Amino acid sequence: MRDEPCDGRIVIVGASLAGLRAAEQLRKEGFSGSLTLIGDEPQPPYDRPPLSKQVLLGMVSAGQTGLPQRGDLDAQWRLGVRAVGVDPIEKRVLLADGAEVPFDRLLIATGTRARPWPNPAEAALDGVFTLRTSDEARRLAERLDAGPRRVLVIGAGFTGSEIASACRERGLAVTVAERGPAPLVGALGGTLGALAAKLQRAHGVDLRCGVTVTALEGNGRLTGAQFSDGTRIDADVAVVALGAVRNTEWLAESGLAAGPRGVTCDAGCRAFNMYGIVTDDVFAAGDVARFPHPLFEYQLLSLEHWGNAVAQAEVAAHNMVNPGPRRIPHLSVPAFWSSQFGLNIKSVGVPTFSDQVVIAQGSLKDARLVAVYGYRGRVTAAVSVNQAKSLEYYERLIETAAPFPPAPGAADRIESPAPVPSDVPDPKMLSHGPTVALTGHLPDRRLTVVHPAH
Amino acid sequence: MASDTLFQRITDYAHRADPYPLYAELRESRVARQEDGSYLVGTYHEIEALLHDPRISSDRRNRTVPDETEGGTEGLPPAFIGLDDPEHHRLRGLAMRSFGPPHTPGRIDAMHGEITRIVKDLLTGLRDKDRIDVVDDFAYPLPVTVICRLLGVPIEDEPRFRQWSDAIVAGIAPGPDEDPVERQRAATEARKTMALYLGGLAEKRRDRPSDDMLSAFVGGDSTDGQLTQLEIMTTSVLLLIAGHETTVNLITNGMLTLLRHPDQLARLRSDPSLMPRAVEELLRYEPPVQMLPQRTPLADIEVAGITIPKGVPLILMLAAGNRDPERFHDPDRFDPDRGDNLHLGFGSGIHSCFGAPLARLEAQIALNALLQHLDAPRLTEDPPPYRRSPVLRGPRHLLVERGA
Ligand SMILES: Cc1cc2nc3c(=O)[nH]c(=O)nc-3n(C[C@H](O)[C@H](O)[C@H](O)COP(=O)(O)OP(=O)(O)OC[C@H]3O[C@@H](n4cnc5c(N)ncnc54)[C@H](O)[C@@H]3O)c2cc1C
Repeated sequence: MRDEPCDGRIVIVGASLAGLRAAEQLRKEGFSGSLTLIGDEPQPPYDRPPLSKQVLLGMVSAGQTGLPQRGDLDAQWRLGVRAVGVDPIEKRVLLADGAEVPFDRLLIATGTRARPWPNPAEAALDGVFTLRTSDEARRLAERLDAGPRRVLVIGAGFTGSEIASACRERGLAVTVAERGPAPLVGALGGTLGALAAKLQRAHGVDLRCGVTVTALEGNGRLTGAQFSDGTRIDADVAVVALGAVRNTEWLAESGLAAGPRGVTCDAGCRAFNMYGIVTDDVFAAGDVARFPHPLFEYQLLSLEHWGNAVAQAEVAAHNMVNPGPRRIPHLSVPAFWSSQFGLNIKSVGVPTFSDQVVIAQGSLKDARLVAVYGYRGRVTAAVSVNQAKSLEYYERLIETAAPFPPAPGAADRIESPAPVPSDVPDPKMLSHGPTVALTGHLPDRRLTVVHPAH
Repeated sequence: MASDTLFQRITDYAHRADPYPLYAELRESRVARQEDGSYLVGTYHEIEALLHDPRISSDRRNRTVPDETEGGTEGLPPAFIGLDDPEHHRLRGLAMRSFGPPHTPGRIDAMHGEITRIVKDLLTGLRDKDRIDVVDDFAYPLPVTVICRLLGVPIEDEPRFRQWSDAIVAGIAPGPDEDPVERQRAATEARKTMALYLGGLAEKRRDRPSDDMLSAFVGGDSTDGQLTQLEIMTTSVLLLIAGHETTVNLITNGMLTLLRHPDQLARLRSDPSLMPRAVEELLRYEPPVQMLPQRTPLADIEVAGITIPKGVPLILMLAAGNRDPERFHDPDRFDPDRGDNLHLGFGSGIHSCFGAPLARLEAQIALNALLQHLDAPRLTEDPPPYRRSPVLRGPRHLLVERGA
C-alpha cells in the first residue's frame, strides 16, 4: 500500500449490494485512485430481497430490481467473470479468463450462493429450482405463471417461507417440507416457529415438519417427491431452499482465514490470514464476512442480512482509505425483515443468541406482537410481527445490555406471560441454514454449529 | 412573569407569534419538570425515542392524578388518537381501510384533480380582490371542503361544525389565562354534539350509501371487524377536526414563512417542482402541531438522566425537537433544499399522522397555486394575529396585498 490511503488501486470482488455500497463509499471518502469491481454475474448490481417477494408475485420483473447507483463511480467494471484466486505476495486477483488484476487493497464481497440439491441428477430435473439470483427468480416466476399443479418448497427458512407465501397468494397448491419442528424455527426459535406453522396452515399450505425429502422423482421433468416418512406427493415444481453456501472456495490458496463459514475478519473488516494474523490490505464485507460482535460475547457472526451488507461495506470502505487511528468498528446491531403470509416480521439483535423469550407486547393470538429474547438475564434480540414501531426501543435495550425480561409497562401488553425457553434448535435439525450463524456454539446449549449434511 | 413555569410561558398567548426562544430554553434542560407535576421534553432524539417507547400511553385515563380538565364520565370515549394498542390499532386500521393502503391505496392520489379544482375555484373567487386574507379566503375553506367531500359531510353545515370545532380545539390545551374547567366542559359538550351530528349523517348512509368514508364506515364488510356506532361517531369527529384544523395552519404558516423569505418565494414561484421538499421543510420549521400534550408514562422512565415518574402528564414538544441543533444543521434557518429532513411534523411511532399524505398533497397544491395567483405579494402585518391554541399553532388572519 502506498502512503497515501486515498490513492492507489482498490479491487472489489463481488459486484452486488456490499460491493457496490463499498465502491460508493470509497469515492465519497475521497478515494481518487483506480477502482475495479469484479463480478461473476453479467448484470449490474441488483437487489435480492424482492426476488422472493414482489418478483414471484409478478409485481415487478426480475430485471427490475437493479440497485440505484448514486453518482458516477468512475470504476472499471469486470462483469460476467469469476475471480478464481488471489496471489497474496504479488497482490493480484486471478480471473477465470486468465487475466490478472493487481491491487493495493482488496475487498472481498462475494456473498453466498444457494445450497444446491445434493443429488445432481435430481437437481437437473426440469422443474427443480433454487432462488438466489435474478436469473433464477425470473425462471421460477415464469414457471409459476404457467400455473403448476403443485409446488414443493424444500426448507422452511425465510426464503422458503416467502416462496411458499407467494405461491399461496397466487392460488397455487404448495407443500412445504422442513426437517426441523417448525418454519423459521432456526432463526426465531420455538415460540414464533409455532406461530409461523399455524399461519402457513391457515393459508392453505400443506406443511410437513420433521420430515426430509429423500428423493425428487421424474424423467427429465420433475413429477413428484418422496419423504422420509414414507409418503410421496405429485409436484411439477420444486424449490430447493436449503440455505446458503458462502462463496469462499476461490480463496482456498490465498492464505486467508476463509472457509465454509466465511472470511474471518476483525471488527474493522480487515481479514485474518490462516494463522489468525490480521492483514492490512484485505478486507471483507457482507454475507461472506464473519466478524466478532461485542454484544454477542465477541462470537464470530456471519449474517445474511441486507442491512448488514450495507453497514459493513461502508465501514470496510472507510477503513480502507483511513489510517489506523481513524478506523471505525462495525458494531451495528444485526437487523433484518421479512414479509410472508400477511406478516411483516422484523428482527433486531440475534434471536438465536438466547435462552429465553417473552411476548413483551401484543399477543400470539392476534399475530401482532413483539417477542423479546434474552440470554442469561440480558436482552439480546427482539422480533416484531406486524408491529415494528417500537423496535428501536428494544434495539436500545440490546445495545445497553438491559436486563431480561424487560420491565413491564408496555401500553399494549395484554397478556403477561412468563418467559419461556427460546427453543433454538441445533441447526443440524434444520433443512436450511440459519440466517445468522453464531460460529462455535449456541449460547444456551453449547451446541456445535455445523451445516446440514445435505 | 419570572415565576411562571416554562409551560405557562409557552402557552401564554403573548408568545404565540414566536415561541422558539422558549423552545430553545426547553432544550437546554432536555427534560423540564413543571410545578404542576407534568414534564416537558423538547430535544429531538429524546422525543423520537419516547414516540417509539411502548411504555408511553396516549390514553389520558392512565394518569395517576385524574385530569380535572377532562370530560369526565359523561364524555364520549376517546377516539383512536387517545387510545393505546390493541384498541388503537383496530380502530385506526378500520378507519384507514377507506382512506389509504392496503385497502384503498389510490384514494389520496385520486384526490389530486379534485383538490386542484377546489383551489382553482377559491382563487377564481379572489381574482378581483387586491387584498386577501389567506386564512379566511383560502387556507381554511380548502381543507374543510376536502375533508367534507372525503367524509361525506354537507359543506353547507360548515358554520355549525366550525363552532364545535373551535370549542374542541380550545379544550386541547387551554391557556393559563383561561378557566380550564369551563373550557373543557364546553369542549366536551361540543364534541358530543358533533358526534351526534356525524353519527346521524352516517346512519342515513346505511340505506343510501355513496362513495364517501361515512358510507364505508357503516357499510364495511365484517370480515376484519366493524366500527360500532359509537366508534363511528368518535372516529369521524376526530377525522373531521384533524382533517382541517392542522392543514389550515400548514398552508398559512407556509405562506407566512415564504413571505418572510422572498428569495425562496421567488424560486418556488418559478419552479413548482421544488414544492414537495419545501413543504417538508415547512413541516419541520413551522409545524402545525407544535406539541403532543397527552402522553403518560406507564412506568418510571429515564430520559436524559432524569426519571419521569409513572402516571404524570408528559408533553412532547415536537416543534422544539424540529429545531434541535443536535439533530438538524442550522435549525433556525428555513432551507427548502435541506436533504436530511426527518422532521417530527407528523409525529412518529404508532400514532404518526394518519392524514399525512393528504396534508402534504393539499399543502403542495395550495401553496403552488397561491404563489402563481399572487403577483409580488406583500404582508400587511408581521407578525400577524395568531389563533389562540398553542398546540395547533398558526395565524388567525394573514392579510396579503397584491403588488402594484
Ligand atoms: C431471495 C432472497 C431474499 C432475501 N430477503 C431478505 C430480506 O427480506 N431481508 C434481509 O435483510 N435480507 C434478505 N436477503 C439477504 C440479502 O439479499 C443479502 O444479505 C445481501 O444480498 C448480501 O449482499 P452481498 O453483497 O454481501 O452478497 P451477494 O448479494 O450474495 O453478492 C455477492 C456477489 O458476488 C458474486 N461472486 C461470488 N463469487 C464470486 C467470484 N469468485 N468472483 C466474482 N464474483 C463473485 C456473486 O455472484 C454475487 O453477485 C435476501 C436474499 C435472497 C437471496
